[in-house]
Amino acid sequence: MILYLCKRLLMMLPMLLGITLVSFAVIQLAPGSPSDLMVDMNPQVSDLARERLHKFYGLDKPVLEQYWNWLKNLAALDFGQSFAPDGRPVWDKIVERLPITVSINVLSLLLTFLVALPLGVYSAVHRGSWLDKGITIFVFIGFAAPTFWLALLAMMLFGVHLGWLPISGIQAMNHDALSWGGKAADYASHLFLPVLLSSFVSLAGLSRYMRSNMLEVIAQDYITTARAKGLRERAVICRHALRNALMPVITILGLSVPGLIGGSVIFESVFAIPGMGKLFYDGVMARDYPLIMGCLVLGAGLTLLGNLLADIGYALADPRVRREGR
Amino acid sequence: MIGAAIRTRIRTAICGSFILLSVTTAGGAGDCPATGDTVVIATIGDATSMIPMITSDTASHEMSAFCYNGLLKYDKDLSLVGDLAQSWRISEDNLTITFYLRQNVRFHDGQPYTAHDALFNWRFMVDPATPTGYSYDYEQVAEAEVLDDYTFQVRYAAPYAPGLASWTLPQMPRHLLEGQDPRQSPLSRHPVGTGPYLFRQWNPGESLTLSYNRDYFEGRPCLDAVVYRIIPDLATIFMELSALGLDWSTLTPVQYQRQANSEFFQNNFNKYKYLSSSYSFIGWNMRDPRFQDIRIRRAMSHAIDRREIIKGVLLGMGQEATGPLKPGTYWYNPNVPRYEYDPQKALQLFKEAGWELAPDGRLRNAGGDPFDFVLITNQGNTSRQNAGVFIQYRLAQVGIKVDLRVIEWTSFLQEFVNQRRFDAVLLGWTIPPDPSPSLYSVFHSSNRDPGKLNITGYASQELDALLEQELKVLEQTERKVLHDRIQEIIARDQPYTFLYLPQALPIVHRRFQGIEETSSGISHNFIRWHVPQEQQMRPYIFMER
Repeated sequence: MILYLCKRLLMMLPMLLGITLVSFAVIQLAPGSPSDLMVDMNPQVSDLARERLHKFYGLDKPVLEQYWNWLKNLAALDFGQSFAPDGRPVWDKIVERLPITVSINVLSLLLTFLVALPLGVYSAVHRGSWLDKGITIFVFIGFAAPTFWLALLAMMLFGVHLGWLPISGIQAMNHDALSWGGKAADYASHLFLPVLLSSFVSLAGLSRYMRSNMLEVIAQDYITTARAKGLRERAVICRHALRNALMPVITILGLSVPGLIGGSVIFESVFAIPGMGKLFYDGVMARDYPLIMGCLVLGAGLTLLGNLLADIGYALADPRVRREGR
Repeated sequence: MIGAAIRTRIRTAICGSFILLSVTTAGGAGDCPATGDTVVIATIGDATSMIPMITSDTASHEMSAFCYNGLLKYDKDLSLVGDLAQSWRISEDNLTITFYLRQNVRFHDGQPYTAHDALFNWRFMVDPATPTGYSYDYEQVAEAEVLDDYTFQVRYAAPYAPGLASWTLPQMPRHLLEGQDPRQSPLSRHPVGTGPYLFRQWNPGESLTLSYNRDYFEGRPCLDAVVYRIIPDLATIFMELSALGLDWSTLTPVQYQRQANSEFFQNNFNKYKYLSSSYSFIGWNMRDPRFQDIRIRRAMSHAIDRREIIKGVLLGMGQEATGPLKPGTYWYNPNVPRYEYDPQKALQLFKEAGWELAPDGRLRNAGGDPFDFVLITNQGNTSRQNAGVFIQYRLAQVGIKVDLRVIEWTSFLQEFVNQRRFDAVLLGWTIPPDPSPSLYSVFHSSNRDPGKLNITGYASQELDALLEQELKVLEQTERKVLHDRIQEIIARDQPYTFLYLPQALPIVHRRFQGIEETSSGISHNFIRWHVPQEQQMRPYIFMER
């Protein structure tokens, strides 16, 4: 098992290197450069200023040299400094946005699992019933409706008409003056709608997945055996069927890990949440290379890690995988 | 600290050795009928840095403006008046400007503001290590010196008309910035200036809080605090207004004319409107022989209905543009050739240029080629994109097929505009209070090279000479004569089809009193905005962090 782990970890390095190389190349291919935003279409900019800015960002050097410098810094876990005028370290920028993005994503992932799994199981067990059909329609509405539109409707109802919840942002203006409990309540009321909505839109995928897995398992011989030996239906479903049907869900969990740090630009813009999605999007629009690379490396690292975790989860759950690895 | 504010405003008629004096008596809280309350302002983008001169985004400039002063500033009529400089003098030969600074002005950290700071700010701007795009104006200064603690003098190598206006430069503290990399300086996250508001807190991507400066040299501002909330989505901003979560924002024409007309909005908000300082236009690429023909360009201007665009796209909230300057300002010349919507006249002009309506309804030349072209515009400006559709429709009526293409901003600039790879471009320019440098960059033939700002490739010797001459003349009335002529030539030659100037549509909560609506906006007397005690909604609680 340890050997298997080491092998997998070693395999990740060249993969990560490849990802950074491709990302770096692709960013360079995008038209425009970081200094454009400062100088283009600005009548007050002279050629001299343009050149200076170019040099300032190290853009006068060959691309390979730029990549090499970036890589050297990365080896020392230095993500470099943002090209934005504030010139702050990329890592600081990411770190200040991570908590809010991760908490929203973790909460909504939990909520999604909590709701989608029972829905899926129920649909499978009562396949073809009216409730099954109702659930299907419900989750697909969430899947099909544009998030920003749902969000605006929810804001209008809860924020403007009923006045129960704040509309946007993550904290009230008097947040700092609140007690510890008040702060928690403040966060909760601000995060309620974003978490609820982002779970709602991802219900469909997971519940459908759960439903089809469950159907597959129920059709297996060992379920028939379990029933034949006189087990109660409840025990058959919960103990025998569910456990096996959950196996592939581990993969989904693993694949969700990189999603935890990613945010949706549209979603964050609508709720005015200062999250990773907006940070990355603005970085791309401003051609802020170090920031883009920082986000990409983090995402790539987490994707690889997620895959690894999923595999480990598999290995733990399924002895066959363990043996193959040896 | 008492006494009514006596403000003597003097036009910037700069000539000879007049001493220009702008006396502003500092007032105390006595100028405020009431103090207290907070204004919450919506902005769609966060600031990037609080050192404004190294940024190019509006948010950074707007937010940091509360913390800083220039030597000079623009008043509500867009004339230059003293700010940190009490008065200034321009020498006989038009080469030297001497600024006489206010005494007893202090930075937020208690350090006095002196001429040494002024000198430092000039050095900062011309230092090659400063990553700024705005150094050009300051590089024209040959020599700058401190005559005494409160007298600062700059000497230009040659008379430079836009020079005076460039001294609206925000004055940064020398003692905190000297010898530092501006991008690493704490000032970029925590401004320390001389302005009416002190920096309090910045939650990146979320909000920025400023509180009043009790020692401000023009007297304490009446509102206790200013909070910017960053809300990238316009629909969300509108929701927040509806829930009274915001006090001040800008509306879109649809919101202004329809959504914000409800009883709720009329009871709670005041809407304002003023002409914004920017215009939209179509630039005709004169590297294309078709657009080199002045008759074709004039025909295009006749074929497009500007009134319809203003009515349909801006819901009437805009004004027709006749040239590159803003109607209602000192420099604007209304007596220029105009191009009324007249498709018949357009067809007549096309015919003279060799293009006729063929039986199939297309405009064709003698060889039978149809007159088709691609009109490009940038993503993100909805009004402009919609205007493109109206243009497409009107030109189709004179037999021209227009392909409208919307392109992401950076690609739009790099791949198309800067490389001159376009037939026609739909774009906008802002109109600075002093129009000279931008007119020179946009219309002088020396700026036709790829990457520069004369994007259409327009070249007129007559105009070039006037633009060059204009930069060297400092006398205001003489400059005005030259500017009038410049506008006539541009309107005559139509390198652009000038379309419209949109109106800015701010909305402010009703409780704020003392707002003066002028042609340049509503914020010029912001420090005198106030809320009567009994109507205050958001008391600001000071917290040391």
